[in-house]
Amino acid sequence: MAKMRVTLDLEIPSDVHEIERVVELVQKECRQLKIEPEKCSLNVPVALTEALSNAILRGNGDDASKHVRVRASVNKAGDMLVVDVTDEGPGFDLPSSTRNCTTAENVLREDGRGLYLMQCLVHRVEQFADGGNTVRLTVQRG
Amino acid sequence: MSFTIRKQGEIVVVDVEGQLIVGNRQELKQKVLDELEKGEKRFLIDFTQTGYIDSSGLGVLVSLSKKIREQGGELRLANLNDDLKTLFELTKLDTLFQISDSRERALESF
Repeated sequence: MAKMRVTLDLEIPSDVHEIERVVELVQKECRQLKIEPEKCSLNVPVALTEALSNAILRGNGDDASKHVRVRASVNKAGDMLVVDVTDEGPGFDLPSSTRNCTTAENVLREDGRGLYLMQCLVHRVEQFADGGNTVRLTVQRG
Repeated sequence: MSFTIRKQGEIVVVDVEGQLIVGNRQELKQKVLDELEKGEKRFLIDFTQTGYIDSSGLGVLVSLSKKIREQGGELRLANLNDDLKTLFELTKLDTLFQISDSRERALESF
């Protein structure tokens, strides 16, 4: 990855009630980068909420003693925001865990939309192990 | 974020203020189920004051819709902004729910 400037680096307790606060901070970064309004109001908050809730509930098994690290960085041109969400879990395989929630058999299900939505809403979603399980969301202007 | 429930005629109207996400979806579910248990059948959720909804919030709407239908009732939605419409279209949930552009039209549609 090209050289990036870190604009946000925080560790939160594994608690779903922390999600809104983190999302607001990242939305602020988006607005400062002049990323399109709909990406700031929908794509980024929903994709990040999914990544955080997966990290808290699945990665960390809803264990309040564990933590989630959130790191946001911006490229030199200032038109790309990368958000890394890292939990303490063993990780998962993104392609095989993603289900198409729009098929006739899946649309009536209560679950299974998170990873699908994440991938619909941001430019790129990656998953890798980096001293923990990290999901990386890349958002681009334009 | 908060949920306000009031009756308008025979219809239970729920206003969702703020986000409908993993941290509060259970509260909405319980409030609606409490009304269903009291015998209410017609429900309208109004999203005029809603920011965004995540997958667990969408899941709760699907779950409530099923439970209400099982009791012979109906759950309808109103006032999705453009962002929320996009979300429903992406997940094809716009095919599952009757969605109105205003509360008045939604109330008349029951």
